[in-house]
Amino acid sequence: MANVLVWVEHDGSAVKDATLAAVTAAAKLGDVTALVAGSGVDGVAAAAAQIEGVSKVLKADDASLANGLAENVAPLIASVMAGYDAFVAAATTTAKNVAPRVAALLDVAQVSEILSVEGPKTFTRPIYAGNAIATVESSDAKLVVTVRGTAFAKANATGGSAAVEAVSGAAESGLSSFVGSEIAKSERPELTSAKIIVSGGRALKDAATFEATITPLADKLGAAIGASRAAVDAGFVPNDYQVGQTGKIVAPEVYLAVGISGAIQHLAGMKDSKTIIAINKDEDAPIFQVADIGLVGDLFTLVPELTGKL
Amino acid sequence: MKALVTVKRVIDYNVKPRVKADGTGVDLANVKMSMNPFDEIAVEEAIRLKEKGVVTEIVAVSVGPAKAQETLRTALAMGADRAILVQTDDEVEPLAVAKIVKGVADEEQPGLIITGKQAIDDDSNQVGQMVAALLGRPQGTFANEITVEGDSVVVKREIDGGLETVKLALPAVVTTDLRLNEPRYASLPNIMKAKSKPLATKAPADYGVDTAPRLKTLKVSEPPVRSAGIKVADVDALVAKLKELGVA
Repeated sequence: MANVLVWVEHDGSAVKDATLAAVTAAAKLGDVTALVAGSGVDGVAAAAAQIEGVSKVLKADDASLANGLAENVAPLIASVMAGYDAFVAAATTTAKNVAPRVAALLDVAQVSEILSVEGPKTFTRPIYAGNAIATVESSDAKLVVTVRGTAFAKANATGGSAAVEAVSGAAESGLSSFVGSEIAKSERPELTSAKIIVSGGRALKDAATFEATITPLADKLGAAIGASRAAVDAGFVPNDYQVGQTGKIVAPEVYLAVGISGAIQHLAGMKDSKTIIAINKDEDAPIFQVADIGLVGDLFTLVPELTGKL
Repeated sequence: MKALVTVKRVIDYNVKPRVKADGTGVDLANVKMSMNPFDEIAVEEAIRLKEKGVVTEIVAVSVGPAKAQETLRTALAMGADRAILVQTDDEVEPLAVAKIVKGVADEEQPGLIITGKQAIDDDSNQVGQMVAALLGRPQGTFANEITVEGDSVVVKREIDGGLETVKLALPAVVTTDLRLNEPRYASLPNIMKAKSKPLATKAPADYGVDTAPRLKTLKVSEPPVRSAGIKVADVDALVAKLKELGVA
C-alpha cells in the first residue's frame, strides 16, 4: 500500500475544509500521513490528528514556515517526500503555489485538480475550462496531485486518533519575505464551502446596486455571494468573489445566477452545482442551457419581489 | 535588466472546445488559435516595466509547433524585442516546458521571468512555479501588482481570502493573474515592424531536454451533460421551487 502525504492547509489555528476533501482523495491511494507546516502549530497538529482516515501527523514547526512561503515550504516537503509515494493537497491558491514547486524539485509531473481517483496512478481531471475531462496515468515514481475540493466528500474532522511526530529540516531560503496581507472580511459562509450561493453579473450596474439587490437575497437564504468576472472587473465586488475558470470553483446545492449571461469561463466554475437557477432578461442567454430552473425577466423587479416573498 | 516572457499558442478563449469522437483529445483542426490570455498580460507587464525604464530588453519564448511563430510575432508586435521558438510537434508537459525555459534563462540571464498563471487549454497552473524551482529562484504567483525596488521585486498576489504581498530577491519568477493589467492591442504599423524583429528557432534537444510525456492520456471525454431545465413563469413559481429544494 502506498504511503501518501497530505498537506494540511490551515490559518494558524484551524484546519481548512479543503484539506478534508484532500484526505478523502488521498485515502483512495493509500495510508494517509498529514503534514502540518507552520509556526506555532501545535493546535493545528492536534486537530489534524483527529481527522478520520489520518494515521500519522508530521509537524514541522519553524519560524521560516510562518507565512507559507513556497521557497521555504517546498524544499521541506520535497525532503519529507523521500519516505512517501504520493503528495496530495487541495487545489487552493496556497497549494497551487507550492505543489508544482515540490513536483519540480522531485522531478515529477504534477496532476492538477483531480476529479476522481481511477487507479493507483490514474486520475480524471478537467481541461479546457471543464469542457473536456481527461483520464491520465502517471509514469513517475512519485505522485504529486492537487484535488478539486468540490469533487470529493469531506472526511470527518473528528473520530481519528493519529500520533503526532515532529519533523525538522525547515530552513529560511533567504529568497523571499512576507510583507503583509489584506484579507477580505466576511460574515457570510465561505464561497467554496457554501450550500447556497447567490451570484451577480454585469447587469447589476454598479457596486451600490449590486449590494442593494444581491445582499438582501443572500441574507434571506443564508447564502454566500459570488460574482462573474465582469462584475469583479467593473469593481462591484472584490476579486475573491469571482467564480469561474480563473476564480473559485464552487459546487453548492443551489447556485442562483442573477444577471449573468453564462460565458464558458464562468460556467467552468459553477456547472457542477446541484441545482442552478438563473434570472436573466435575455431568454437566449447561455446560462439557461445549464440552468435547472430559469426565470426570464428584469432582475430589478424580480429579485426584490423574490426577496420579499421568502 | 532583461525580462523573459513565456507565451503559449492555445485555442481562442471564446471557442467552445469539441471533444473528438474517438476520445483521443480535443479537436483543434480548423479552430481559431490565439495567445493564451494570461500570457498577453505577461507581455504587457514586461512592456510596462520597459516603459518605466526598469527593463531594458524583452525576450519572448514559446515552446510549440512552427505555427507558434504567429504567437511570438504577436508578442513582438505588442513590444517584445526578440523571440525564441523552441520548436516541437509533440505535446510538451509543464515540467518539460519549465526545463526548456530554464535552459533559455541560463543562456539569457534575465532578471525577471514573467509567465501566465495558467494556460486555458490544459489548465495546469504549474510552469512558472516549476521554472522557479529548477532555477532555485523565488516565485511571485498570481500577481496583481508588480513593483521592482532595487535588487528585489514586490509582488501583490491574489489569494483565496484576498491579497498578499511578498518581497522577492531578483532574479525572480512572476506569474500573472487577470487583474495585473489590461493588455494593449498591436497596431498595424507595429505588426508590420514585428515581421523584421529577430526570431530564433531552436529545438528542445538544444537545451538537453527530453520532452517525453510523464502522464499518459488514456481518454478524453465530454463532461456529463446536465439534464434540460425548466423555465418558471413568475416569482411565486420560483419561490415554490426553492421551497421544494428546501432552501427557503
